[in-house]
Amino acid sequence: MSQKSLAKEKTFKTVLSIVLAVICILYMLPIGTLIINTFKGSTYVKSETFALPNAQSFVGWDNYVKGMTFGNYDFWKTVLYSFTITILSSAMILLFTSMAAWFIARVDSKVCRIIYYLCVFSMVVPFQMVMFTLSKTADTLKLNTPWTIPIVYLGFGAGLAIFMFVGFVKGIPLEIEEAAVIDGCGPLKTYFLVVFPMLKPTMISVGILEIMWVWNDYLLPYLVLDRNLYRTIPIHIQYLQGSYGQVDWGATMALIFLGIVPVVIFYLLCQKHIIKGVAAGAVKG
Amino acid sequence: MKRKPYDLRKGPIRKQWWIFLLPLMAAFTIGFVWPFIQGIYLSFCTFTTTSNAKLNGVMNNKAFFNNYIKAFQDPTFVRSFWYSALFAVVSLIIINVLAFTVAYFLTKELKGSNLFRTVFFMPNLIGGIVLGYIWSMIFDGILHIYGKTLVTEPVWGFWGLVIVVAWQQIGYMMIIYIAGLQAVPNDMLEAAKIDGASGWQTLWRVTIPNVMPSITICTFLSLTNGFKLFDQNLALTNGLPKPFINGVPVGQTEMIALNIYNTFYVGNTSARGTAQAKAVLFFILVAGLGLIQLSATRRKEVQQ
Repeated sequence: MSQKSLAKEKTFKTVLSIVLAVICILYMLPIGTLIINTFKGSTYVKSETFALPNAQSFVGWDNYVKGMTFGNYDFWKTVLYSFTITILSSAMILLFTSMAAWFIARVDSKVCRIIYYLCVFSMVVPFQMVMFTLSKTADTLKLNTPWTIPIVYLGFGAGLAIFMFVGFVKGIPLEIEEAAVIDGCGPLKTYFLVVFPMLKPTMISVGILEIMWVWNDYLLPYLVLDRNLYRTIPIHIQYLQGSYGQVDWGATMALIFLGIVPVVIFYLLCQKHIIKGVAAGAVKG
Repeated sequence: MKRKPYDLRKGPIRKQWWIFLLPLMAAFTIGFVWPFIQGIYLSFCTFTTTSNAKLNGVMNNKAFFNNYIKAFQDPTFVRSFWYSALFAVVSLIIINVLAFTVAYFLTKELKGSNLFRTVFFMPNLIGGIVLGYIWSMIFDGILHIYGKTLVTEPVWGFWGLVIVVAWQQIGYMMIIYIAGLQAVPNDMLEAAKIDGASGWQTLWRVTIPNVMPSITICTFLSLTNGFKLFDQNLALTNGLPKPFINGVPVGQTEMIALNIYNTFYVGNTSARGTAQAKAVLFFILVAGLGLIQLSATRRKEVQQ
C-alpha cells in the first residue's frame, strides 16, 4: 500500500473513533438524565427534564430518603428479595440442570431423549402461554415466597440451561470419566470431582444468562409471589406507578437509579464473561 | 487382566437417576409441563379460575372452539397482532442495520473499540420495566415543550417503543455480529483487496455472505423479541391511548402479550377462556417462527 493511502486510512480511523465516541456519549445520555433527575422535586422531572437542578428544583437527597419507605414498603426489602431470588434461582438452575444434563448426555436412553426434547421445546414457549396456569399451580403448592419461587424458575428456565450443558458434555471425551470410574469413583463422585470442574466455562455462560433474566424479570414474580409481602425491584417500581394518586417522579427516579447500580457494578466486574455468555446463548430469544 | 469396556448406560449411574434427574424433572413438571398441558386444556373451557373450568361442548364443534372464535372476533386482539407484527418488522430492520454497522466499524481495529463495545452493550442489562420508565421520563420531557405527553398520539408511542427497544438491543445484536465478523477469514479479505475490489464490493461480496449465519440468528431473535415484548410496552404506554371504537375500548399501542395479559387480569374475569385461547395462538405464532429459524439455519449450514 502506498504511503498516501496509509495516511488516508489513518485519518479515516481517527475520524471514525471520534464519531463513535460522540455516539457513545449520546448513548449514555438517558442514564445521565436519570441521575440529574433523582435530585429534582417531583413536579420538575417531566417538565424540566433536561435542565440541571437549580435553586428551585434541587431537593438534595430528599428523593433517596423518601424513596426508602415509598409506597409504605421498605426499599431495602425489595433489594433483599431481588438478591435472594436471583442467587437462589441461578444456583439451583446451575446445579440441577448440569447434573441432569450429564445424566441425559451419558445415559442417552429413550426417556432421556424425551426429556431433552421437552426442555428444548420449552425454550420456544412464550411465558403468556403458561402465565395463568403456572401462577395457579405455584400458588397451590405454596411456591409464593422468595425462598420457594426458585423452584418455579428452575422449571420454567431449564430449557436453555439443559440445551447448553448437554451440548457441552457431549464434547467431553468419555475417557476421563472412565478413568475416574476405574479408580473407584461412584457416579456422584465422578460428577462432582471430574465433570463439574470441566463444566466451568458453560457454568459461567449459563449463570450470567440466568442472573440477567431473573434479576430483571417482572411478570413471573409479579404473578407468583405474594405481592403484599414480597416485592422485587421491578415489581416495586411498577407498583409505585400503578397505584392511585399522584406519582412521585423524583422518588421513583431515585429508586430506579438505586436499582440499576448493582447491575452496572456486576457488568463492570464480569464484562468479559457477560459478553461471552451472551454470544454463547444467542440461540434463545 | 482383561478390562471390561466401560459403559455408563449400564453402570451404577442408572440406579441413581433420582439424584441426577428427579429434582429437575419435578421442577420442570411444576414450572412447565403441567401448566402447559393445563393451558391447552383450559383454552377449550369456560372458567374464571382453574378449579371451576367446564369444557365447552365436545360434540358440538362450534361450541368446542368457542374461545378461539371469540379470540379472532375480538378487535383488540386482531389489532394488537398487526401492531406487534408491524413493530417487530420495523424494529428488526432498525436494530439489525445499526447493530451490523456498529459491529463492522468496531472490528476495524479502532482506538477505543473495547470501551465503545462496553457502552453499547450496557443498556441490555437493564430490565424492561426500569427502561420503560427512564424513557417515558425522557419522551415526556421532550413532548412537554409542546404541551403533550407520549400517550397523546398513538404514533409517538409506536416510535417511542422502537427507540427504547433499539437502545436496549443494538448492543446485544452487535456482540453476535462482532463474533461473526471476526470469523471471516482474513486471507479472503486480502485476496479481494489484491484483486482490486472496492470497500463496498468487499462488504457485499465477501463479508456479508460470510456472516450470513449471524444475520439469520439476529433477524429471528429480533423478530421473536418484537412479538414477545411485554415489560417495555407496559411501562412506556400501557397500551394507551385507549379510545372507544364501535363501543369497545381499543388500546392503540397495545401489543399481543399485553393484550393477553389484560384479557386475563384486567376487567371481566369471564373472558379468561378467550385469553387462554389467545395465549395458545400466540404460542403457535412464536413457536412457528422458531421452527422456521431452525430450518433456515440448518439449510445455511449444509451450504457451507
